[in-house]
Amino acid sequence: MTAPRKKHREAFLLGNEAVVEGALAAGCSFYAGYPITPSTEIMECMAKRLPHVPDGVFLQMEDEIASMGAVIGASLAGRKAMTATSGPGFSLMQEQIGYAAMTETPLVLVNVMRGGASTGLPTSPGQGDVQQARWGTHGDHPIIVLSAADVPECVEMTVTAFNFAEKYRTPVILLLDEITAHTREKIDLPEPGDFEIFSRLTPTMPPEWYKPFEETMRGVPPMPPIGSGYRFHVTGLTHDALGFPTSRPEEVRALTERQFRKIDRFFEDIQLVEHVGTADAEVVVIAYGCVARSARLAVRQAREAGVRAGLLVLKTLYPFPRRHVEPLLRSCRLAVVPELNMGQLSREVKRVNEGHTVVRTINRIDGQIITPSQILKEIA
Amino acid sequence: MAEITQLIHKYLRHNKKFPLVFCPGCGHGIVLGSLVRSVHALGLNKDDVVIVAGIGCSGRIAAYVDFNTVHTTHGRALTVATGIKMANPKLTVIAVMGDGDAFSIGGNHLIHAARRNIGVTALVLNNFIYGMTGGQCSSTTPEGAYSHTSPMGQLESAFDIVELTKAAGAAGVSRGTVYHVKELDALVADALSRPGFNLVEALTPCFTQYGRGNGFKSAVEMFRWLKDSCLPIERFEKLEDRTGKIPLGSFVRRDIPGLETRYAAMCEGVRRKKGGAA
Amino acid sequence: MGRNRVVVYPDWCKGCGICAAFCPKKVFAVGLDGKAQVVNEEACVNCGFCEPHCPDFAVMVIPENDVPETPEPAPTEAKEETL
Repeated sequence: MTAPRKKHREAFLLGNEAVVEGALAAGCSFYAGYPITPSTEIMECMAKRLPHVPDGVFLQMEDEIASMGAVIGASLAGRKAMTATSGPGFSLMQEQIGYAAMTETPLVLVNVMRGGASTGLPTSPGQGDVQQARWGTHGDHPIIVLSAADVPECVEMTVTAFNFAEKYRTPVILLLDEITAHTREKIDLPEPGDFEIFSRLTPTMPPEWYKPFEETMRGVPPMPPIGSGYRFHVTGLTHDALGFPTSRPEEVRALTERQFRKIDRFFEDIQLVEHVGTADAEVVVIAYGCVARSARLAVRQAREAGVRAGLLVLKTLYPFPRRHVEPLLRSCRLAVVPELNMGQLSREVKRVNEGHTVVRTINRIDGQIITPSQILKEIA
Repeated sequence: MAEITQLIHKYLRHNKKFPLVFCPGCGHGIVLGSLVRSVHALGLNKDDVVIVAGIGCSGRIAAYVDFNTVHTTHGRALTVATGIKMANPKLTVIAVMGDGDAFSIGGNHLIHAARRNIGVTALVLNNFIYGMTGGQCSSTTPEGAYSHTSPMGQLESAFDIVELTKAAGAAGVSRGTVYHVKELDALVADALSRPGFNLVEALTPCFTQYGRGNGFKSAVEMFRWLKDSCLPIERFEKLEDRTGKIPLGSFVRRDIPGLETRYAAMCEGVRRKKGGAA
Repeated sequence: MGRNRVVVYPDWCKGCGICAAFCPKKVFAVGLDGKAQVVNEEACVNCGFCEPHCPDFAVMVIPENDVPETPEPAPTEAKEETL
């Protein structure tokens, strides 16, 4: 992903601030949001930065539903747009996530996970929104869910989120947690050329030939910005290739199948993981977010103690990277899934486990981090 | 007169199924005509006009016209419209909503759109009822009126769309009806050509879901009721007994630049200051 | 008088009866098929009510000066009745 690095300016940033650096590097020029802990720094930072970006727009909306609406509108008008929120706000956004998925509107939503259900633990970390990120909005829909474990990754994964959103015309959810968002680390600020930046394909055919939701080779139809001469209809109703509402079974099926296929065909591109010493591992830890940092130390300590331990860091949570997890479950005798919830991603691991290995979970829901020693105890 | 219908046909999408999906006598088609005539009268390019609609019968209007059209979720039309307008202020953005859409589920968005004066025209088709879901009372159903969810008569009082929007700070607020079409045309055209947030409430009868349950014998009778009970604000104010009368016309015309204009000016100031400092 | 042409598109007409009820010259009637019909074209004074009030864009009045071979100017007397 990263090209050879040139001389960089360094900065000491929060994970939340790094998200903004990543977004601007990816070409984001529109932010609409509503303040909520622990994601607020993203919004505050955007409020300062975007007026300096050419055509940059920052909006504080009346709630999270409106924030997502404005982001969708901006994206339809051709902008790379994002919002950020946390637990309760994420719940409010679900309606519009469904609309964005149905209308294939690219956007990035950063959800900084806090602890607990409802208002829960506003200033403590959690990872309880994993399944909600996949299935929070009603109905069958494709979605991409990413995560980041440290501050440099916040930059990288935000850029990746924008690239995926644009490439696959889909909302992309980046899940952070309070620890990652509020950790301050030294990073190299991104420079132009550091990352490959992808922008959505726009149609080149004459407007009267354009079909906004047509089947294409990749399953992703080109998308013109509103006002560019391609007048078409966008609706959250199931629609035909022209975008008009339809309830004809064959058209409904074709739409939903294409929407799934456009993601399913590119698992190799989308499913990002990091392998740490998994080649010879007999025990594997599968982790994401701040827990992956604890796991990294635990695995190193286990190695030092003579245990052949490995770590699989999931950067893509959905579509679930089965192709990386399944072989490890076959080759290892034990898989440990530590999470700051009652067991959400471990459900996916158990789902793809064909009984070859023991899947053990470490669940912590008291607003505290899972420590390296907690993980070490399970693997050593 | 023939040019009226010919003109509208020019703006309709020929790959859509006609007639319109609305019930016989529904006023929504008349509002659609009014909208098209206003856009035409202002000489706007089809490519530069965006219709953002919500959910409900009014939401179905968008698909029929050959503009950029977005049919959003229930109550959220103004949020999407706000995003579009801020992203590309050159576009003429029109949010078409029903009464339930704009003032019940989307009430919060509406008052905030009015407060921030985003340069969007809101066209609220007020038929006093949830038509598409089969006739439940809405936030504009008059007190005492019957609906499937107020079978003993509506206990709650109704929103006055004009007063509410006015109080929220909108640049322009007006009310018309589908009986008084020429006046409605003028109100819509005026709203479209003014800066800031401009709302037009169009009273449009729903005979199927509202009229039948409330003593009207036909859609025509509902049009007669509009004709008899609505009158220009100037005449309304001179009335001694205003019971059952509804004032029409333009209620507020404030010169407030749209948020998009104020935002652009702010950004220009910021960049100039930065340029000067460097 | 009476040289305006009045057309109803039956495909689009839903027979709501607005044109028939409000036409000051009773040009329209709703037929047994539930569609508006032009029953008294001669009487049309091109007042301008029916076209914008048809919710289905199904009525068209071609004024007499647009109809070929029309010598007289159009009368305007009925304007007031439409507001």
